[in-house]
Amino acid sequence: MTFTKPTTRPAAAATASPALWCAGIRKRYGRRAALDGVGLELARGEVLGLLGPNGAGKTSLIKILLGLVRADAGEVMLLGRPADRPRSRVGVGYLPELFRFQPWLTAEEVLALHARLARITWPGPRRRQSLAAVGLAGRGGDRVGGFSKGMQQRLGLAVALVGDPELVILDEPTSALDPLGRANVRDLLVQLHQRGTAVLLNSHLLGEVERVCDRVVILDRGRVLASGTLSDLLGRRQVRLRLHQVGAQALARLASTGALTIQRDQYVIDLNPDTESTSNAVPDLIEDLISLGVRVHAVEPMRVTLEDKLLELLRDPAGPA
Amino acid sequence: MIILAIASLTLREASRRKVVWALAGLTAILLVLDAWGFASLPGLQTSSGAMTTGEARLLASELLNLVMFAMSLIVALGTALLAGPTLSGELESGIALAVLARPIHRTCVLAGKWLGLTTFACGYVLAAGLLQFALVWWTVGYWPPSPVTALALLAAQAITLLTLAMLLSSLISPLASGVVAIGLFGATWVAGVVGGVGAAIGNPRVQRIATIAQMLLPTDGLWRGAMHAIQDPLVLTRFPTGFPFLSESAPTPAYLAWAATWVALTGGLCALAFTRRDV
Repeated sequence: MTFTKPTTRPAAAATASPALWCAGIRKRYGRRAALDGVGLELARGEVLGLLGPNGAGKTSLIKILLGLVRADAGEVMLLGRPADRPRSRVGVGYLPELFRFQPWLTAEEVLALHARLARITWPGPRRRQSLAAVGLAGRGGDRVGGFSKGMQQRLGLAVALVGDPELVILDEPTSALDPLGRANVRDLLVQLHQRGTAVLLNSHLLGEVERVCDRVVILDRGRVLASGTLSDLLGRRQVRLRLHQVGAQALARLASTGALTIQRDQYVIDLNPDTESTSNAVPDLIEDLISLGVRVHAVEPMRVTLEDKLLELLRDPAGPA
Repeated sequence: MIILAIASLTLREASRRKVVWALAGLTAILLVLDAWGFASLPGLQTSSGAMTTGEARLLASELLNLVMFAMSLIVALGTALLAGPTLSGELESGIALAVLARPIHRTCVLAGKWLGLTTFACGYVLAAGLLQFALVWWTVGYWPPSPVTALALLAAQAITLLTLAMLLSSLISPLASGVVAIGLFGATWVAGVVGGVGAAIGNPRVQRIATIAQMLLPTDGLWRGAMHAIQDPLVLTRFPTGFPFLSESAPTPAYLAWAATWVALTGGLCALAFTRRDV
């Protein structure tokens, strides 16, 4: 696992700069530290998951990145521009955790308003296309006041994507959506990724994060607990075997597959990276073991999920990374 | 551009939330009742016989002050209650989050809302005031000596109150900001009446209460200026000093300059509070 703590301010030159960079972000609410020296970096076109328990400081961090909350200390750059100027938010889309829009406006009027605020042209056909992309086709003329919570969140997604932004920050984008809506959002995130849009995704739905994110950052009590790619964080695949009559040759064969842990008749192998990438590694191993006279009672391929890893980190932050 | 976009959004909100229709309905009721009342003035029987046309006009000028006070109250309540939710309401509900995350200065949002509310208040004062003046002219034949000044001062009073309501709205909850703004407006008016009583009994200390209140919040000072522009100058000789719907003098240029400075300072404080506030 890699712990990245960006400290050197990136060059502000054009597209070579990260989509998002921040360092040393501190924020206190009274005596409680909400953020304590947080730093992260999001490359152009990358999808970064922001994880952590309630009260970890995720939403505070997002609001600081967007200039909605003032940090006590720290620096933020958006698309290569210092975030203390409103113009740095040109090309940035945002779906807030608390998504509410003017109830007296229609959905299309909300999109037109945000296009105007973003200083871009977003004509009627594009507005209708945006609404269709989030499952609100044909609802553009309806007042937002009559929308359900889920529909308002869908509208929020359309608002965040007005003007095809280079960086999209989504704070709990599926919290009010049904399973179909969640699947739509996942598809939308995949499309954004393919289009080269950088996405910062704060979500408690770890399956969602695992499927769409290139990297994750885990926050806890205002600090970065861990960060890295999913394979960095989750480790390699394991195979758990229950074997009898294991001889020296069979042991050597088991050890050649990866790091071996033995507990009575239980054999756990952390597969080597080259072994892991071979789809036939486990069937080949079993075939070899049988030919060496080993009696195979159980074969259980295992993978540490993001949920397992997150719980492990949060319960024992000082434990092995 | 952004200021105009926010101003037009504020006006659209007033229209779609039916504030415009509610005010129009309320004003229409007031105008119908006025028409009936003012039309019955000429020839009205009093203890000294039937009222002459001259007496009716004099009384109409004084009653017009009373009616315009009711109208100024409507516009004050309307703008104060609109200004409250427009800032803190949007901050509380979360509507402001998506808007303020756009590449815009918060001061532009504030200026746009102020411009929208000001347009709304001035439009109402102009339309309702002119209708009222026309109605009194049609029924009694009285036309105020300085109608433009009167309407300008009424509009200035509304702008003063809505600026205060916006400042309060950037600091406290929508409901509290509306209540406090209207409470201060009422308290200043009462202080003005108390000052009038002080003048009537010849007590400068009591009179000073009005002066201090009119400096702290210029709504009453501007209202008294509007009354002076509406009333027939002859009423000063016919009604006792200290009568609450009578104004002895027009506001001085220095006072008008102070009122403008007050609005600018309050607006500046509001901008400072709003730009520094965590959303």
